[in-house]
Amino acid sequence: MTEATADTYGPEASGWSRGQVGMMSLILAETSFFAVFLVAYLFYLGRSLGGPYPADVLELPIAASACLLSSSLTIMWAIRGLERGESARFAAGMAATVALGATFLGFTALEWNELIFTHGLTLATNLFGTTYYSLVGFHAAHVVIGLLLLSGVLLLALRGHVDREHAERIELLSWYWHFVDVVWIAVFTVVYVIGV
Amino acid sequence: MILSNVLQRVAAGSPVRVRTPAIFDPASAPANEIASYALLVIGICAALFLVVGGLTFYALLRFRARPGDDEREPPQIYASSQIEIAWTVVPIVIVFLLALVTARTILVLQKDEAPIGSLEITAIGHQWWWEFHYPEYGFTTANELHIPLSDPSDPWPTFLDLQSQDVIHSFWVPRLSGKTDVVPNRTNHLWMAPTQPGVYVGQCAEYCGTQHAGMLLRVVVESRADFERWVERQRGPAVSRASLASEQALFEATACISCHRIRGTRAQGRFGPDLTHLMSRETLGAGVARNDRSNLIQWVASPDHFKPGALMPAMQLPPDQVERIVDYLVSLE
Amino acid sequence: MSAIDRPTIDRPAIDRPAIDRPDSIPSEPPNERSWTGVLHEWVTTVDHKRLGILYIGAGLIFFLIGGLEAAAMRWQLAFPGNDALSPEEFNRLFTMHGTTMVFLVGMPIITGFGNYLIPLMIGARDMAFPRLNAWGFWMFLFGGLLLYFSYFGSTGLYGAGSAPDVGWFAYTPLSGKAFSRGNATDYWILGILISGFGSMSGAINMLTTSFTMRCKGMTLARMPLLVWMMVVVSLLILIAMPPLTAAQVMLLFDRFLGAHFFDTQAGGDAVLWQHFFWFFGHPEVYILMIPGFAYASEIIPVFSRKVIFGYSAMVAATVMIGLLSFGVWAHHMLAVGMNRGLNIWFGAITMLVGVPTGIKLFNWIATLYGGKIRFRVPMLFCAAFLVQFLLAGLTGIMLAAVPFDWQLTDSYFVVAHFHYVLIGGLLFTIFAAIYYWFPKMTGFMLDEKLGRWHFWLFLAGFHLTFTTMHVQGMLGMPRRIYTYPADRGWDLWNLISSLGVIFQAAGVLCFAAAVVLALRRREPAGDDPWDAWTLEWATSSPPPAYNFAETPVVRSRRPLWDEKHPEDPDWKYE
Repeated sequence: MTEATADTYGPEASGWSRGQVGMMSLILAETSFFAVFLVAYLFYLGRSLGGPYPADVLELPIAASACLLSSSLTIMWAIRGLERGESARFAAGMAATVALGATFLGFTALEWNELIFTHGLTLATNLFGTTYYSLVGFHAAHVVIGLLLLSGVLLLALRGHVDREHAERIELLSWYWHFVDVVWIAVFTVVYVIGV
Repeated sequence: MILSNVLQRVAAGSPVRVRTPAIFDPASAPANEIASYALLVIGICAALFLVVGGLTFYALLRFRARPGDDEREPPQIYASSQIEIAWTVVPIVIVFLLALVTARTILVLQKDEAPIGSLEITAIGHQWWWEFHYPEYGFTTANELHIPLSDPSDPWPTFLDLQSQDVIHSFWVPRLSGKTDVVPNRTNHLWMAPTQPGVYVGQCAEYCGTQHAGMLLRVVVESRADFERWVERQRGPAVSRASLASEQALFEATACISCHRIRGTRAQGRFGPDLTHLMSRETLGAGVARNDRSNLIQWVASPDHFKPGALMPAMQLPPDQVERIVDYLVSLE
Repeated sequence: MSAIDRPTIDRPAIDRPAIDRPDSIPSEPPNERSWTGVLHEWVTTVDHKRLGILYIGAGLIFFLIGGLEAAAMRWQLAFPGNDALSPEEFNRLFTMHGTTMVFLVGMPIITGFGNYLIPLMIGARDMAFPRLNAWGFWMFLFGGLLLYFSYFGSTGLYGAGSAPDVGWFAYTPLSGKAFSRGNATDYWILGILISGFGSMSGAINMLTTSFTMRCKGMTLARMPLLVWMMVVVSLLILIAMPPLTAAQVMLLFDRFLGAHFFDTQAGGDAVLWQHFFWFFGHPEVYILMIPGFAYASEIIPVFSRKVIFGYSAMVAATVMIGLLSFGVWAHHMLAVGMNRGLNIWFGAITMLVGVPTGIKLFNWIATLYGGKIRFRVPMLFCAAFLVQFLLAGLTGIMLAAVPFDWQLTDSYFVVAHFHYVLIGGLLFTIFAAIYYWFPKMTGFMLDEKLGRWHFWLFLAGFHLTFTTMHVQGMLGMPRRIYTYPADRGWDLWNLISSLGVIFQAAGVLCFAAAVVLALRRREPAGDDPWDAWTLEWATSSPPPAYNFAETPVVRSRRPLWDEKHPEDPDWKYE
């Protein structure tokens, strides 16, 4: 991919590679998508006709957030390692990232379990349920997709197929992963701070 | 085949010859205000069209390649800051001025609260008919709205509170006012101050399902005296003639009463139009047919005949029962 | 990029020598493969040129279907009280017609032209992500077929199925579970959702290609205007389409999972859908129209024999239009009962968007001015476009005049306005683009005479139908009604509008005949039949799979002008 820019196409081509512009475009579209769910959540705050309300049932997901946000650090550490050719560091970092991401999902699952079975809050319960589950749910879905991709890379690394020349492409995957983190920060702020 | 169909419908459906509900034939203060504002806007746009369109036509004609022309390229002109600044600034100025006039007109026309002394009516949109409730006088009617004249020297404007029972509709009687949507879970407002008596037509202007086209409006503007006489009639109880006692009893024994309301009888349904003074209306089915005995028989037997897809079911009554029920209905003056 | 403020330059008229192009490689002769081999090639292609043709071809087929739907509606509306169609059938028709024309005709055709032309115009070998490109096309096609399957599949075959009937914008609560039972609406949601992925992948591709794959010497300031405009369009798609996806997902949740996004019974807001939809919907109309501007910006200069006037202003105006398009959405909702402040804002901003749009119009006129205009078929369509788009813009100003809009909105005046934009503006420029680039794509010229018949017949039909429609609107006729009473005074106008269909159909038939004839006659077009100036004309017609034997190097915005006029090249003046 790098070879497609500097050599074949003149210095007039932008300093970015195809993959970078492509991933930035995807992130732009996804930002727009999440923004609408955030707007719906904010719009319907305080307008549920009944049922469990945010202040009653939500608790600050500190542990979950710590896991997810630190997974951004581990993936950065991993990729720096790969750029230096340190495959062991790369594999360890990716494994840590996947583990932290999966733990985040575990915390989400626990939270939802409590919300559904203890408090009786579902998507259909009231406006809070509708907007909460769709927003947090779509974020979680993006975490799942990210984890699948990261696990795939981890597997390839463990089998010795990943080299420093792949670092740029994997960097793009890390951009996606960082984006998922940024969305979580927005969700955290809107749902657990502003909305409570 | 088409022609006979058309004639049939015309015969069945056209009671009083009404004037085309043209935007530029206003008969009410807000409609007047909109029409004069609109003429200003059209004037500006027409001027722009003449200038820019004229230039375009001129350029296309004047600079066409002639047959005997040599094959040389004309002078290549890339830009001109003076011209470009001019044709950026002038449109911005025009837009700015027009936006100011627009803002002023909006502020004059859009009222969120009923002006003191206005007649307040609640209009509720249903799929596919209109319910009109007069809280000041305590009665409800359907599809045909009667409102008083509002002479500029002695104004008596009508202020509508717009609500919806189901989906989004829109109340539009062009000669009397601009349209406003009728939204569930929300009360919108619209006002009219008609200056000429007469019958004004309009219809729902927001697609609301199968019979959106059949959700017509008739607004009868009357002098104060006529209006008050109409109000008195509407407030009165339903006509109940002894000669039609068995017909009335038959009506009260059918399922009609679960949807319709006739004040003073067993019929207290809210789902369909209030029929207390049904025969005071010129049309039935929200304007799709003239309100007379033969059409009523058709309607009760099968509403789909006039209004395919209407939510009123065919009551599956034997024909003689239909006739007797209609005998009762046509007595409801 | 050089400063916008450039002095007017006068150049003497110069000779136009013929260009001998020894490097031009003739197109490959048709192979002696079986039709299954050819089919396999086309189905598995990742080549941007083939995908471009597939997009345009599929779009044109849907255009014919959408046109038939429109013809059926005009047949029903030709007479008051007509019962050629039931209300249910009519409501399905206007829903499908609108949905088809916007999502299955407009979007694929602009994507197709973007796909075909961008790599060629920037001297690249293909798009940045060829396989993503192919995926996008098949997603679009699948979404379109899914939507049309609703005619047959929804609620079973007995009642001839039921296509969606909630209008192309599917307002809630009408499109919610309570008022749209059965699956008709779900076909609408899913069909568009899926084909939307095609548009978005197209946007990612066009953006990436334009930014990273330009040939040597082609700075951003030297890109053809078409490429600039498709960059803006791609950004609009990436920002504006996800809100539609989100809203549709919300509606799906409401319909299937008991969610309450638009459920007024649970305190939901009936108007929220409109905000989300039009936040997408308004940029969408610019997504559709800006490529039309792009075609005009390439074609008008070539047929006037003049460089485009005000290149930088054109780019700046397009960017402004893109930005402003995100601020005007609720001008589709001015009757919904918003407060005065919002009504004032949306009216004012909408009028403001007319300024950069007008600037573009002025630039085209200035390009014509002083030129030597050759009225070949592409130029005929562009000439009509200029006048029609001016009118469309002005009726747009009328609609932005909020109190006037309270009368005009949801009437036939709006229908007239947006058909003026989408047919008078977009479709006419699409026709121009087809006549202009068909020789490049196929290697054959389209018949000039049939093209003229196409133009004049279609022009007559278009005006008969849609110019009169402004009158119906001002006489109080609302839209989306399957019939109307005879005493409203609308009869004659509706009849005239319906008669226009005959001429439009005749025009389209001439067009189809021209295409078929060209493919049969195989009259070779040569590399550069129009004597044009951008890079796609520097290779054979059709281009070889790799586009250019040698990656070009450019020094100006019109590389072929420089080649043809070595004694007076563009780069001396830019």
